[in-house]
Amino acid sequence: MDVLYFAWVRERIGHPKDRIETAPGTVRELVEDLRGREERYAAAFADLSALRVAVDQELSDFDAPLDGVREVAFFPPMTGG
Amino acid sequence: MDIRVQAEPFDFGAEAGAFAARQNAMGAVVTFTGIVRDLPDGGLRAMEIEHYPGMTEKAIEAIAEEAADRWNTGDLLVIHRYGPLAPGEMIMMVATSAPHRSDAFQAAEFLMDFLKSRAPFWKKEMAQDGADWVAARDEDEDALTRW
Repeated sequence: MDVLYFAWVRERIGHPKDRIETAPGTVRELVEDLRGREERYAAAFADLSALRVAVDQELSDFDAPLDGVREVAFFPPMTGG
Repeated sequence: MDIRVQAEPFDFGAEAGAFAARQNAMGAVVTFTGIVRDLPDGGLRAMEIEHYPGMTEKAIEAIAEEAADRWNTGDLLVIHRYGPLAPGEMIMMVATSAPHRSDAFQAAEFLMDFLKSRAPFWKKEMAQDGADWVAARDEDEDALTRW
């Protein structure tokens, strides 16, 4: 599974993408795993209310299951238009 | 329905003219264009727009389909740029057509409200004294509830 980061989440983590071999059960569990990696991940995921998540390119939530999912993305609230 | 996500500039006049020219049974065309606004002190060097290739196109398509379902529209056009843009450059445009103006106006407003906070774009202001990600505004999120 690919984990993608955009905007300041990408900058804080330092790269745009990680590849995860064994996906955890839910987005929240994935966040917990990532937080445990290094300080920069913990900093990026410190406040989940400041983050949005997309699962297979659809806006989703932190309780979404990851079974069969190919791509998860984390980013701040969008500012298009 | 015509949706384009591109780095290149677009010609607003030519796009609006061509869009209007291909409407036959439609009595109304509404267009909107968003422009890179300079900072109050005139210190903006560039606006960097990042997006999520793949999801961006799908998200805009879903928003446009929703607009076409809700209103009696003829055709919809969305062009949104990414990459570094200078102050005064056009970031994006929408055009809608409908038999009567009310549907065209409402569909255009709906498209804009949802593009603002449901299409995966992020703006970063590169100023003389540093760079900052533009924060989403509560008003933009609130604007979605009126639909």
